[in-house]
Amino acid sequence: MDELMLASRDLGDGLRQVALSVPDMRCGVCMVELETTLGRIPEVRSVRANLTTKRLTINWQADNGTPPDFAGLIGTIGYTAVLPTEGHEHLDDEISGLLRALAVAGFCSMNIMILSVSVWSGADPATRQVLHMMSAALALPAVIYSGATFYRSAWRALAHGRVNMDVPISIGVLLSFGLSLYDTFAEGRQTYFEASTSLLFVLLVGRTLDQLMRKRARSAAASLADMMPKGANVIRADGRVEYVSLNEIGPGTRTLIAAGDRIPADGTILSGLSELDRSLLTGESRWETVGPGGQVRAGDLNVGHPLTVEATIAPGDSTLAELHRMLEAVEDGRSGYRMLVDRAARLYAPVVHGLSVFSFLAWFLVTHDIHLSLTIAISVLIIACPCALGLAVPMVQVVAARRLFKHGVVARDGSALERLAEIDTVVFDKTGTLTQYDPMLVTGTWNGPLDFSLAGSLARFSSHPMSKVIADYASRGKAEALPLEDVREIRGNGLEASFRGERYCLGRAAWAANGDGGDRTAAASTIVLTRGGQVLASFLFGERIRAGSVKAVQFLKDRGIAVQMLTGDVPAAAFSVAREVGIDHVKAAALPKDKAIAIDALRGRGRNVMMVGDGINDAIALKSAHVSMAPASGSDISRSAADFILLNGDMDGIRVALTTARRASVLIRQNFALAIVYNVISIPLALSGYASPLIAAVAMSTSSILVVANAVRLEIDADALSLRRAQTDRLAGAVQ
Amino acid sequence: MSTLSFLIPVAVLMGIGGLGAFLWSLRNGQYDDLDGAAERILYENDDKPLGG
Repeated sequence: MDELMLASRDLGDGLRQVALSVPDMRCGVCMVELETTLGRIPEVRSVRANLTTKRLTINWQADNGTPPDFAGLIGTIGYTAVLPTEGHEHLDDEISGLLRALAVAGFCSMNIMILSVSVWSGADPATRQVLHMMSAALALPAVIYSGATFYRSAWRALAHGRVNMDVPISIGVLLSFGLSLYDTFAEGRQTYFEASTSLLFVLLVGRTLDQLMRKRARSAAASLADMMPKGANVIRADGRVEYVSLNEIGPGTRTLIAAGDRIPADGTILSGLSELDRSLLTGESRWETVGPGGQVRAGDLNVGHPLTVEATIAPGDSTLAELHRMLEAVEDGRSGYRMLVDRAARLYAPVVHGLSVFSFLAWFLVTHDIHLSLTIAISVLIIACPCALGLAVPMVQVVAARRLFKHGVVARDGSALERLAEIDTVVFDKTGTLTQYDPMLVTGTWNGPLDFSLAGSLARFSSHPMSKVIADYASRGKAEALPLEDVREIRGNGLEASFRGERYCLGRAAWAANGDGGDRTAAASTIVLTRGGQVLASFLFGERIRAGSVKAVQFLKDRGIAVQMLTGDVPAAAFSVAREVGIDHVKAAALPKDKAIAIDALRGRGRNVMMVGDGINDAIALKSAHVSMAPASGSDISRSAADFILLNGDMDGIRVALTTARRASVLIRQNFALAIVYNVISIPLALSGYASPLIAAVAMSTSSILVVANAVRLEIDADALSLRRAQTDRLAGAVQ
Repeated sequence: MSTLSFLIPVAVLMGIGGLGAFLWSLRNGQYDDLDGAAERILYENDDKPLGG
């Protein structure tokens, strides 16, 4: 409530605006539902949902100044609303800045191109002069405004003693503009305005595509910070409950955590019995039961009853914050990796600059004509300027990312695709990655049909996932529905009820058999039905192998990629899953630190490792691997550490991602080859002084079109690939 | 030459008009929610943008 008030922006006249982030808004129906539900509140003036950013913008006006319970209302229709954290706007601003620059460059270059066509088709000197003047006027905004991105980046690189692709671009554009300006006033025959502006335009297209791809990836890895509480209800010494912001909470602060709230800081439970959803940290969907004396961690979601928690440390020092800092400290596994473009630029820039200087000196020595030599030197620079190169990489990467997105894989950035194509070892985590924690009944035993029916009838009274599975199984197994009396659910333990005067319990083995509810740490994988401590029926639950895990492992092995499993689970469980999916190399009982060490060891042996994991214990390993993947169901922290996110939780995404990445790297190399062929033909022309602006324009646009067309081939090939797969799937289905 | 002297300015002005329209739409938030706009057309609500 107070949070909302703090986050609201005053629009004047008592009208306030607040933005809420609704991560599970996924379709048009969600949008309409949210808008109409909120629109019905009398205080709400207008409400608008944004599907791309998954935000709701609400304008409201209340007489007493307290906002209605938006989040609560949104919760009742099945969505979660949180206050967004600042920082996302920054990326949006960058994209709209690029779009603006792109629009200006596009407008200027197109108009100059039209004017240039009349110059090339033979305008008389007076007209030519006028057209050149107009071109100069049009080129000015493009060179100054649109080119600024490149100059800044080039300057940053030079200031750090590096050379990137933007250095030759900036020098080429600025020099050609300067010389053309001089020629315009000196009534020269040729100007290069169209070359420099269309160069800017094409390169900006590449850069904008790149940014859009990053934006999409970022929204997929919904920010951890968004989920964190912005404050908590604190119980004062005199018993008053007050809402304060996070920085006022410290060790010893008592907070009241209502159902549906997240724990603000690590602490100990003073009173209350409830269940916690710890998936933010652990990625496990299983709820944990906690009681007085239990430890809670920041980020845990209270799903049961209110809890009173005494914080043991400040929110800033909690496990979650600590992990974030650790992740930042781990030397990024790919910080040593240089993008292909940058590696190309390192070779390319000196060659181009050298050639240009060489042609200037050579022509000057031969002709002693400074103007002619300078013109030729600049035309070399412009022609060799990596117009096609600037598109060669981003174009392929964007097509690949789009392709992957359709198959439910999000790539964080282009370099991730490049790195994925190089892997030779894949390390899997077990729980949550190869398997799914979704209680699956492995075996059930019971003494007689009556006991089975009893278990089924009793299970129907609870909404616990395991009860649901038992009830479901019982109804399919022809169990009778028995009239039970006095049914009680004991949270975290199980159910009890009377039937024909006797007391029955269904629940965790330790509790139902011995009446021992104290020990909550044992894994609840066996559920038993008891009467007076005597076990009548028992149900064993296990984990389910994730869809596509077996196929993905097989696919990797077929490609000659080593597959390993690295898990924190006990060896027995690890080996049984490994056998099932076909992994030979297993390391069980690994601590988070061991995982990172194992990855480093593999890297030390010159392997390019891909880590696939979902939990908080994988986060550091994910970050230190050459490239990493996390299923979308994983913990938030692993998603923000991974390069790829598998949206639909199907491990088949690995196959799609790897095939696409390898195709993409082939296409990128082809594109480089195309650009080099173009340079081999055009640079000698420029060196010998035959490159007129017309030739430069034609050569530049054809090479760009070729490169783009080549990138689009990825889409076509990938289509063929998915078609083939659909066919084999059908065949497999027919066999079954 | 005389035709050029007014045709070219006309062409450039039309271009500037187009550029202006694009920049206006960018600032007005027309590109903020491309996915949402595609879905919205399926519902028969009286749909007014927030800013307008």
